[in-house]
Amino acid sequence: MNSIAGHKSGLTWAVHISVLLLVGLWIFPTVGLLVSSFRTADQISSSGWWRAMFPTEQNLTLRTATPDTQVKIGDLYVIEGNLFEVKAGKSAAISAWGVTSREIDAYKSGDQAELRKGGLLTVQSDGSYRLESDTEISGKRGPRVFVTAVVPPEFTLKNYETILISGNATDNMAKAFINTLTVTIPATIIPILIAAFAAYALAWMEFPGRALLIAAIVGLLVVPLQLALIPLLKVHNEIGIGKGYLGAWMAHTGFGLPLAIYLLRNYMIGIPRDIIENARVDGATDFQIFIRIVLPLSFPALASFAIFQFLWTWNDLLVALVFLIDSTGETTVMTKQIVEMLGTRGGNWEILATSAFVSISVPLVVFFAMQKYLVRGLLAGSVK
Amino acid sequence: MHPALQGILTIAFGVGGCVGYFYLSNIILDHAIFPARGTHIARNIRRANIVRPWLFLLPALLALGLYLAYPVFETLRLSLTERVPGGGSVFVGLDNYKQMLGEDKFWEALQNNFLWLLVVPAGATAFGLLAAQLTDRIAWGNLAKSLIFMPMAISFVGAAVIWKLVYDARPPGAEQIGVLNAIYIYYGGDEAQQWLTIPFWNSFFLMAVLIWIQTGFAMVILSAALRGVPEDTIEAAIVDGANPFQIFFRIKMPQIMGTIVVVWTTITIVVLKVFDIVFAMTNGQWQTQVLANYMFDKLFRANDWGVGSASAMVIMLLVSPILIWNVYNARKEMR
Repeated sequence: MNSIAGHKSGLTWAVHISVLLLVGLWIFPTVGLLVSSFRTADQISSSGWWRAMFPTEQNLTLRTATPDTQVKIGDLYVIEGNLFEVKAGKSAAISAWGVTSREIDAYKSGDQAELRKGGLLTVQSDGSYRLESDTEISGKRGPRVFVTAVVPPEFTLKNYETILISGNATDNMAKAFINTLTVTIPATIIPILIAAFAAYALAWMEFPGRALLIAAIVGLLVVPLQLALIPLLKVHNEIGIGKGYLGAWMAHTGFGLPLAIYLLRNYMIGIPRDIIENARVDGATDFQIFIRIVLPLSFPALASFAIFQFLWTWNDLLVALVFLIDSTGETTVMTKQIVEMLGTRGGNWEILATSAFVSISVPLVVFFAMQKYLVRGLLAGSVK
Repeated sequence: MHPALQGILTIAFGVGGCVGYFYLSNIILDHAIFPARGTHIARNIRRANIVRPWLFLLPALLALGLYLAYPVFETLRLSLTERVPGGGSVFVGLDNYKQMLGEDKFWEALQNNFLWLLVVPAGATAFGLLAAQLTDRIAWGNLAKSLIFMPMAISFVGAAVIWKLVYDARPPGAEQIGVLNAIYIYYGGDEAQQWLTIPFWNSFFLMAVLIWIQTGFAMVILSAALRGVPEDTIEAAIVDGANPFQIFFRIKMPQIMGTIVVVWTTITIVVLKVFDIVFAMTNGQWQTQVLANYMFDKLFRANDWGVGSASAMVIMLLVSPILIWNVYNARKEMR
């Protein structure tokens, strides 16, 4: 029996470790994006984000102080200071350095190098240097020094400042954020109302053709919205909406309705028949039954659909491209702006990671806050 | 007008309009057209009750008709016509379809779509099942589940950025910042690979993104199904000496087969419509084209509505079997 018990606990360990691996695998890419959004461009391109918590060895290009700070000591002209003072806020341990870009690691800390323009330079590992020359040092800027230094981990909020506040037109997402919100909220609320009435009729009212209508809605659930692009763009142009918010709201409403009606009907049909029959006997009209009884009882289903529709409209790219964004680009949404950045700023990971994280942060908050309803909605929407 | 203000006005108009419509139309029906008083009271109430469902349904039916039903037929019509300069269009029969079938890019897209159809639903369902089973009985199972479920909330575009960072390649000698290349170099690869430009295999790197997103969905549904498997069947199997693997494959799997099919078909539909991932990551270059992106290219880059609509009809055709199957099941359930 002992061996069986031992085997079981071994299996339990295997389960825990497998789950840990699986979860790790699943969140690893997202964590990468999050960590990258708090790093500077230099850090991102010099080391993988998984090393962000550890000191990294970086190649930096620094300068000594300008020649007008030189002092004359005896026969020598001297500039003294710390290399890291010029590029403020950094401190690091220098392991190697050089004075030309071809040999950036020619000297160790403490060594003395002769500059091409004349003069001797000594750099210590903490970044302090001494440049001495027997002639006056000329030039506007101090000579360049290439250092290889171990830089401690450092995180910055500057990327978020660029994306949300100070960035130029292509980098600043504040406007796209507002636009996305403007698309999302009406496109979430309006279909709920329309669908709730229809779902009530399909669940609790008797009329010829009901079964056929329900079947049609189940069918429409899977119709690809790709089919709707050109015909509806034509309709929108003909009735004078053109491209804009109104068109996007209407399109999202239309595309969201089948799921909304389906989810709400499935939920409403589960409300006990007694409650509704009793209300009818007491003389309530269908309108009153719907407003006073069915709607409040259906709150969980309404919440489920609201989350679905919110996530779908917030994350949407296709509908925005076709129905919303015109040639002026005034109404651009975040997804579109990020796709554009992927094209034009493919290498600027600090900008890309931050903007992507700004756009996914809202859905993530909604997701974690209302996960219960989302799961419920999924179960109602597909298992039945 | 400021868009935010416009948005608030729209909400007010939309919500107010809806409520007003339902409220007023009911009042008019009950008091003006078929008043529940006078000599024909019974007949009036009966008639009002015949009309009322259609009052409730009208806005939804209009929206569904205009936004989903009408486009199916209009797209079919467009796919059989060609636009002529100066407006208007002429009937060209199957010419658009012929032109489409003659294009290499179309066949590439179709081939890739079938590859996606094979790999993504299978991958997502398998991972989902694995996650559902493993997290079922452990204490922190719910936390694990919600972390695996999380990518569901992330947009395809966001996911594209996340995975482009994973696939990033740096020139030789430089430190690799993409995880995949870092691992590849660590295990003796000589040079960083541009994963998304390697024909054939790059499609799989794109599919990984969708599997990553859809696994959570599969897990949630299958986990509920696994919970629904009757305890006594499992206990009977344990008594008979079945090991955990036998219990899973021989007892649990057959009992949740119906749910697995539902999950599979739902993900299949997502795959058929997949657009954003390809659009954002490769835009169909390097032989990664898929139907939905091919269609978008035709409609809005080549401005060829005929061929674009024809390819949309191909997507519709591929979805149809599932559509019919769903409707058939729904009707069976209602009886």
